[in-house]
Amino acid sequence: MIDFTLNGKPVSTDVSPDTPLLWTLRDHFDLTGTKFGCGKALCGACTVHIEGQATRSCVTPVSAVAGRKITTIEGLQSKTAKAVQTAWEKLDVPQCGYCQSGQIMSATALLTTNHKPSDADIDAAMSGNICRCGTYVRIRAAIHEAARTLGA
Amino acid sequence: MNTIHNESRRTFLKAGAGLTLGVYLGPTLAAADGKAEAVAGFTPNAFIRIGTDNTVTVISKHLEMGQGVYTGLATLIAEELDAAWAQIRMEGAPADAKRYANLFMSIQITGGSNSMANSYLQMRQAGAAARQMLVAAAAKRWQVSADEITVDAGVVQHKASARKATFGELAEAAALETVPKETKLKEPGEFKLIGKKAARKDVREKTNGTAQFTRDVKLPGMLTAVVAHPPRFGAKVARFDAAPAKAIAGVTDVVEIRTGVAVLATDFWAAKKGRDALVIEWDESNAFKSGSAELFEQYRQLAEQPGTVARNDGDVTTTLAAATNHIEASYEFPYLAHAAMEPMDCVVKLGPDTCEIWNGEQLQTLDQKTVALAIGMAPHQVKLNMLYAGGSFGRRANPVSDYVLEAVYVAKAIAGRVSPKGTSSAAPVKLCWTREDDMRAGHYRAMFFHKVTAGLNQFGIAQAWQQRIVGQSIMAGTALEAFIKNGVDGSSVEGSANLPYAIPNVAVELHSPKLPVPVQWWRSVGSTHNAYVVETMLDEFAHVAKRDPVDYRRNLLQDKRRHLGVMNLVAQKSGWDKPLAAGKPGERRGRGIAVHESFNSFVAQVAEVTLKKDGSFHVDRVFCAVDCGVAINPDNIRAQMEGGIIFGLSAALSGAITLKDGAVEQSNFDDYPVLRMNQTPRIEVHIVPSAEAPTGVGEPGVPPIAPAVANALFAASGKRLRRLPFDTAELKA
Repeated sequence: MIDFTLNGKPVSTDVSPDTPLLWTLRDHFDLTGTKFGCGKALCGACTVHIEGQATRSCVTPVSAVAGRKITTIEGLQSKTAKAVQTAWEKLDVPQCGYCQSGQIMSATALLTTNHKPSDADIDAAMSGNICRCGTYVRIRAAIHEAARTLGA
Repeated sequence: MNTIHNESRRTFLKAGAGLTLGVYLGPTLAAADGKAEAVAGFTPNAFIRIGTDNTVTVISKHLEMGQGVYTGLATLIAEELDAAWAQIRMEGAPADAKRYANLFMSIQITGGSNSMANSYLQMRQAGAAARQMLVAAAAKRWQVSADEITVDAGVVQHKASARKATFGELAEAAALETVPKETKLKEPGEFKLIGKKAARKDVREKTNGTAQFTRDVKLPGMLTAVVAHPPRFGAKVARFDAAPAKAIAGVTDVVEIRTGVAVLATDFWAAKKGRDALVIEWDESNAFKSGSAELFEQYRQLAEQPGTVARNDGDVTTTLAAATNHIEASYEFPYLAHAAMEPMDCVVKLGPDTCEIWNGEQLQTLDQKTVALAIGMAPHQVKLNMLYAGGSFGRRANPVSDYVLEAVYVAKAIAGRVSPKGTSSAAPVKLCWTREDDMRAGHYRAMFFHKVTAGLNQFGIAQAWQQRIVGQSIMAGTALEAFIKNGVDGSSVEGSANLPYAIPNVAVELHSPKLPVPVQWWRSVGSTHNAYVVETMLDEFAHVAKRDPVDYRRNLLQDKRRHLGVMNLVAQKSGWDKPLAAGKPGERRGRGIAVHESFNSFVAQVAEVTLKKDGSFHVDRVFCAVDCGVAINPDNIRAQMEGGIIFGLSAALSGAITLKDGAVEQSNFDDYPVLRMNQTPRIEVHIVPSAEAPTGVGEPGVPPIAPAVANALFAASGKRLRRLPFDTAELKA
């Protein structure tokens, strides 16, 4: 059994320890907001927070998260996360929406440590998250918007 | 005029009491493939459900795949219904071409960037009729004249007697009203929602992780299938050893299907491990073993031969011989993968009498028929549930139903097997492709080779244009073959055969070689390559003529009002008449323009680039002007232009699927790079005000960006790029 904290609650699982966290979340905890896009940490669709750090869950074996705190899109609670989601809605960022959980997890992690990111900071933090619909222009604007509301 | 029928009277709504409105559509459209059932008489077509709980459910006949169609259709109905935006809910329509056909294509399909265009009057009429019935019900209840009743933001009111009611309160009474024979639509000056910003209907669920995609479906007893496909197109399974896969915990079945070997398991990870453990010997005796380099060589030779005529104006041969200046150029475009973020997937529940499918369903009519044929059922026994698609860009409207059919084959292969719950029907199956499966499955934007020979007079004005296009047809060999006219698949030549410039002698010819590599429409289809050839060549003409590229185009577009409209607007907004700011020492800068019509919309773009000595470059800014008729949702139009620019730029900078000895060389986002945040230019979109009928926005933002950037790179470097994706080695100082 592998024990960890998932969205604030203690959980345990008996899946094979090599199972990526992504598939543990999706297939065994029914948390399908975290998406599969590439399976090789190339696209960021599977991004979750492990101890607050944006992490690609598709290459993280569940055995590696024993005893740690995991937050998924479903468990976002912080003021920063709410500001990000509100900005996303205000600017109508999503198109197909498939990558957006990952984008929001990356953006929230960025704004948690950097309250006023520059465009270069955003490039550095967000370039691991692919969006094929091409919502990057609005993601950038929404991160600035969230920073503005948090600083206000 | 379409007539309208109240559907509540003939069918009981299981969802609850209320008003359901159907619109009957005349038999105006021919069947798509010439064989599809013709629409006879009047057929009900339900789009609105008003509940006693005051919700207005709009049933969308189109797939929401990111393009904003749910918001657009909701806008049209809410406008004429005078509903409150917040009370509108969206629901995907079932498969039923009689009620939910795309009115421009007569089959049920989301494509051709025409969802809003074909729905514009239909949805407004549906909304207006529902409003009229609510008003009639209120007039009866209050014993007042209907003319004295107003409707605003979901509230029906009689001001003189200070009475009001919600739609929900009137729904049951309205359901008993006679359907108006004619509806009066608003004049544009009366619009409250069309032309304004409307919050996307799907934005909340797409920011909190609850939006349901195919891959998120979970049914009782469901198994996940991962399939091993052959390494080359045309190869088959010779023999395989299932034992290593079956040894993996969670694997339940290993079955051979027509497209490979499927491993089924209780979860994805077990199925994938099982698939990877399979030992398969492939029969490659009929496999395709050519490479991209060999294909381009064959295409180059074909381009030396006359092809099937797609356009022939004047006398190109004589004019070319007499011309003062000649320009001859050839262009190479690779195969491109759609690479939607959600790799293809499909859920199938096969029962004795029904086959129920969950999918980001884009081509209901063909999928339903194809699946029915494959399993020996009638089309109506195939039930399609349309979920959100995690991108498509054309991929989910597959003319041979490739991945849908694969999921059905898997479900059929385990039929008869008792499901874990002990029910009599087989376990539902969720087919999940990995990124690698998706990228190597074919159905690409086809490889294309173009050769252009142009003749210019002593002033550099083009007099003759001869173009030969070589590339596979999308429609040949599919159910859509009937769309090929006089040997020309229009989707191969669109953007060239309708060359808008006033060149007196134009010949466009086509060769459509047949190859086993499956090809398909890819966001903006033929314009992806034709716009590049035309718009970079126009830039060459202007250079020969020593004229400004905008000025040169203006001269040849004098009777093309809408091309000129977008070009002039983008020139103005981008400050085209002022010099581009210089770069830092060692940097070269350039600016380029391109103008293109596709899907009846007109788009012009100006790109600004900064080029380094080593040939690497960054696209700094893009200005875009679009004329798509009435701008229903202006903010969504801007979003589609932004997305189209990024999608097109992605292909121009790095998109290429290549074959070596028949095998696809790419597999994932490491060797098929797509545009990322740090490569994204600043984008400014301007919309030409228009009262014309609305036209497409999903695709038309794509075609101009690659030629605009290529023209900017020429301005910066003096080098003409004629192969895509761009090779920075050609741009070294």
